[in-house]
Amino acid sequence: MSLEIAISIVMTLVIAATPILLAGLGELVAEKSGVLNLGVEGMMLVGAVAGFITASLTGFTPAGYAVAALAGLCASLLFGVLALTIGANQVATGLALTIFGTGLSSLAGAGFVGTTITRLPALFPQGLAGHPIFRIVFGYDVIVYLSVALTLAAAWFLNHTRPGLILRCVGESDASAHAIGYPVTVIRYLAVAFGGALAGLAGAYYSLAVTPMWADRITAGRGWIALALVVFSSWRPWRLLLGAYIFGAVMTLELYSKAAGFALLPPEMLAMLPYLATVVALAVIAMRPSRGRLDAPRCLGKTFRAGA
Amino acid sequence: MRLKLEPRKASSRLALYAAPVAAIALTMLTGMVLFTFMGFRGATAVFEIFIQPLLQPERWPDIAVKASPLVMIATGLAIGFRANVWNIGAEGQYIVGAIAGTGVALATYDTEGWWVLPLMLLAGIVGGAAWAAIPALLRIRLRVSEILTSLMLTYVALQLLYYLVRGPWRDPEGYNFPQTRMFSEAQTVPNLLEGTQLHWGVLLTLVVVFIAWFVMSRTLSGYQVRVVGLAPMAARLGGFSENRTVVMTMLVSGALAGLAGMVECSATFGQLTPQFPVNYGFTAIIVAFLGRLHPVGVLIGGLALATSYIGADIAQTASSLPQAATGLIQAMMLFFLLGVDIFVANRVRLAPSLTQHAS
Amino acid sequence: MAAILDRRMLLAGAGASAALPYLGARALAADPLKVGFIYVGPVGDFGYTHAHDVARKKTQDFYGDKIKTNYVENVPEGPDAERVLRQLAQEGNALIFATSFGFMNATAKVAKTLPKVYFEHATGYMRGPNLATYNARFYEGRAVIGTIAGMMSKTGVGGYVASFPIPEVVMGINCFTLAARKVNPKFQTKVLWLSTWYDPAKEADAAKALADQGADIITQHTDSPAPLQVCEQKGLYGFGQASDMSSIAPKAHLTAIVDNWAPYYIGRVKAVMDNTWKTGDTWWGLKQDTVQIAPYNPAMPDNVKKAADDVKNAIIAGTLHPVTGPVSDNKGTQRLKDGEKATDEMLEKMDWYVEGVQS
Repeated sequence: MSLEIAISIVMTLVIAATPILLAGLGELVAEKSGVLNLGVEGMMLVGAVAGFITASLTGFTPAGYAVAALAGLCASLLFGVLALTIGANQVATGLALTIFGTGLSSLAGAGFVGTTITRLPALFPQGLAGHPIFRIVFGYDVIVYLSVALTLAAAWFLNHTRPGLILRCVGESDASAHAIGYPVTVIRYLAVAFGGALAGLAGAYYSLAVTPMWADRITAGRGWIALALVVFSSWRPWRLLLGAYIFGAVMTLELYSKAAGFALLPPEMLAMLPYLATVVALAVIAMRPSRGRLDAPRCLGKTFRAGA
Repeated sequence: MRLKLEPRKASSRLALYAAPVAAIALTMLTGMVLFTFMGFRGATAVFEIFIQPLLQPERWPDIAVKASPLVMIATGLAIGFRANVWNIGAEGQYIVGAIAGTGVALATYDTEGWWVLPLMLLAGIVGGAAWAAIPALLRIRLRVSEILTSLMLTYVALQLLYYLVRGPWRDPEGYNFPQTRMFSEAQTVPNLLEGTQLHWGVLLTLVVVFIAWFVMSRTLSGYQVRVVGLAPMAARLGGFSENRTVVMTMLVSGALAGLAGMVECSATFGQLTPQFPVNYGFTAIIVAFLGRLHPVGVLIGGLALATSYIGADIAQTASSLPQAATGLIQAMMLFFLLGVDIFVANRVRLAPSLTQHAS
Repeated sequence: MAAILDRRMLLAGAGASAALPYLGARALAADPLKVGFIYVGPVGDFGYTHAHDVARKKTQDFYGDKIKTNYVENVPEGPDAERVLRQLAQEGNALIFATSFGFMNATAKVAKTLPKVYFEHATGYMRGPNLATYNARFYEGRAVIGTIAGMMSKTGVGGYVASFPIPEVVMGINCFTLAARKVNPKFQTKVLWLSTWYDPAKEADAAKALADQGADIITQHTDSPAPLQVCEQKGLYGFGQASDMSSIAPKAHLTAIVDNWAPYYIGRVKAVMDNTWKTGDTWWGLKQDTVQIAPYNPAMPDNVKKAADDVKNAIIAGTLHPVTGPVSDNKGTQRLKDGEKATDEMLEKMDWYVEGVQS
């Protein structure tokens, strides 16, 4: 394999990994606060369509990303009202959000099928971004760097700041957090909103960067991969970053190996690998003695009612 | 004065039954406004989605056939949900049930005999239960959340299905199309009514609903499930094993999903194809909630949702309403139901506001 | 519309027949003939389903208020198709087009129980007294774009993003490769199977992988324009699929194989109006305008345009068959002798690849 192809493979996998990293990071923060939002795919689609429509009408792609994040955030607030304020079941609300987002995006995007927009350019100057070797580091648009920066920021926030500690505390034991006097519901709202904004951004990465167009169900189920990724990472941002690139590599290498004329595994086996790996990772982590720190947030998916 | 929500001591029975009706009414109202705003004949479209199918007798078998797998899966899920066991991987168990039954069908190809079909259905039950056993064991042995594992295993099952129908199980005379050969007459769940899709599986669903109702409300096992769900501490004191309940409810919901998968595969598809999974396993979660986790409620909820599916197709041809609108309607139904639930657990009171209180 | 059908003649025919009773129930001349369509995808897929819907609209415009077309989109291939077909028939559609291969079993089943309704199934092989099949010779278009690819490619390697190895896809790959090798005997086609018809991100990645393997011209048999966008980004060339996709990739888009089902639909509607509808198997191509070649990219050199036009015109004139011997497969076995032409039967069952195909 020539160096050129190796670089190209890495660049393809980074682009494949970026949206699942973004969506996964948002979900990770939400889950750390104890909220399981299964509406990732729906929020991504809402973001994808809102972003494309905005970029298409304004001709200004950054505006597309901004509106996408906002749209994802709004969708997540819908979830918040039902699951956090009213106290509805999170699993059911999340699933309904996905169905809602799929339908809404299809209706909203119908008039934009068959058009395209301009991608964001590479962040760095052409000398670096177009360099045959250095492009492996410098050849991406701003969203790729943003996704990595946000991951690092989230790792720092969760592990080294007081608000991060409070957020984790809310996810581990909502009753104690409430007893100490922290506003459990408000904190969860913030975490869910952050998750929604990032899911919206992730969806827009498909409609504005990976394939700059709108087509129904453009994310093709990547929201579920992002959910698997969060579990795979055992709720740690650093592992999420690594996991996203591993998942991206699995998706990319399947195609590259087949194009080169050999198949590593039947494609279906490769496609089930991320999910299987996630189940295995859960089991392995649970078997380790130090599991307390690594396990899922204890309140994950449980409804919190003040005074209950 | 301001509005204040106060928790009720006991859930209001009236509110409990009125909530789904109110949710559907609100969905219809919102749908009307939304569709009108989008440039369709809103009131007509909503009428076509919710009412039209009920007025046309030729649509009734369609509703029954569509509701059947949803109700069967949701009945199982509701039992688990009551015990706080969150199996959200019914889609995967539905698929594995169909795979297991199809395995029997392909192995008994060219074999006649009354036992072939029951064996296929049994394989479906075992397949679904076995797939559900994995998250159940992980939960009781390693305390791993069944929500996450059952969901992940759904995607494993999906890829397993793809692998089988594209590879080893592909119809040798099917021009490379990714699907198995057609089942024989002996392998097909018989039709009930000529000229419709109505099949015996629909009756099987009714039997399952009845048994579930009986077990849940009239037996000790049902009581145990409810106690473990409502008051785990009390259950422990009373000598009810939480682990046993987890395993039992997971296996039951998996088995019913697997059975539903095999019945659907045999009765209406007549073969296994990559198009077999259409998210019934996920939709059934919505049905379980629409039905307030009660077997009879599930039956009604399944019929309501099936009606909206059939009606949406009518609205497509009659009012040119895009198919995507169906998703919106179904999501809204659940949103509103979850939303009005607050009035089941709480009562609205007019409370004096702070300033008035001071004066 | 450049169709084989003469518009004036058709309208005259329609006018005359409208006064005559047809199909018993609808005797009134004022009643428009109802024509139904069921689609596997959304009309917004910009691919296969989109092309069918464009043809539906053309048919509607052609006949004006003499007919009323309606459709149901996103119909899963399985029992839902059977239900929707029956529903369309019961709603009074006298002619129903089932536009995807996966609707075959359902269409055959429903056609048997509703002998008074005319059914048309795309790309299938089951026929009956009231069930006809139709398909398009897309492989003829593949020969045209193969010629262009052979002349435009500098590396002599073409990439082919493919869905499933069914005969329809295989014959396209073979015709593309045969035509390319006629102008460049060293031309190689690298095929990448995706096992999906639609997944934009995956299609894009596949195009990238092919480009990195040296392909400088990429074509596809999947539904989204994603591979074309990769070509546009990387400065390579590509072709549109099903529709003219030049709006998505103005520089890379050399031309497209356009599905134009309108002439067939218009003709079949007329046959029902005239009471001359007969079952059969129709396989139209470039000659009948069912397969169209989109306008060439202005950047394409004149000699390439001319060569492409020559191939197109020769196929239309019947002097050239895209699969004419000598043809050997990529394992070295001779499949067609010198001058021997592939029969339709051979094409419909094709499961081998010509020399120069790497898959």
